[in-house]
Amino acid sequence: MSRVRLSFTPAPVHVRTARLVGVAVARRAGVAEELLDEVRLAIGEACARAVALHRQYGLTELVLVEMSDGPTYTVRVIDRAPIEAGLGLAALPPDELADEALTDEALTVGVGFALLAGFVEDLQVRPVDEGVGTEVRMAWPVGR
Amino acid sequence: MDLSLTTRAIGEHTVLEVGGEVDVYTAPRLRERLVELIDGGARRIIVDLGRVDFLDSTGLGVLVGALKRLRPVNGSFGLICDKEPLLKIFRITALDQVFPIYATLEAAISADSSGSGSGE
Repeated sequence: MSRVRLSFTPAPVHVRTARLVGVAVARRAGVAEELLDEVRLAIGEACARAVALHRQYGLTELVLVEMSDGPTYTVRVIDRAPIEAGLGLAALPPDELADEALTDEALTVGVGFALLAGFVEDLQVRPVDEGVGTEVRMAWPVGR
Repeated sequence: MDLSLTTRAIGEHTVLEVGGEVDVYTAPRLRERLVELIDGGARRIIVDLGRVDFLDSTGLGVLVGALKRLRPVNGSFGLICDKEPLLKIFRITALDQVFPIYATLEAAISADSSGSGSGE
């Protein structure tokens, strides 16, 4: 198993870098070409969510992305926000998506979670093992 | 690829052509442009996503925001998109039930002019 770790200041500009690295490692790990768009989107959503949480709580700690290949290609995106915030994900039903009362932030969170759940069959969102924070763990099959 | 935004008028419609990546970093620029257009009096807006390589939840949120801004002023808002990866994003988020989505500019203008693409 090989591993690539990337950590970045919680700023939106760095999310693209994380996507690019994540897809490059996925390709090298043997993830099927037709899944790479989904890998790119899912890593972007998980990282954008982590950045949003860090900014919401005024946290300057780095967001960590760890990619590893083995039986599957696994990506873990780790934030350091309070757990209750990180686990507060919910998909929105269609009739609420364009509801006037829904804030832009709530809409983006709901849509982001819908994308993660829709594109990643093997998805887990759980508290980190040590300290404060949440881990979004995603895995895709490799074709070797 | 960075975000590109080009606006042109076709009759009473304002067409905003978007290219590149719409994500958590670039989406605020798309939001600013849409707000400028609406504040400047545009009421029939069509966003052409034909040259978009990447669209995330932040970009989708911006599009929903424009739709909601146009409702109180009886405006219309439609999207042009024929790329399957992007269409899948709209289906998964159920936003294909919120936006009128057309394959071509001609179809978008035709539908809106006949009143069936009023943006809900």
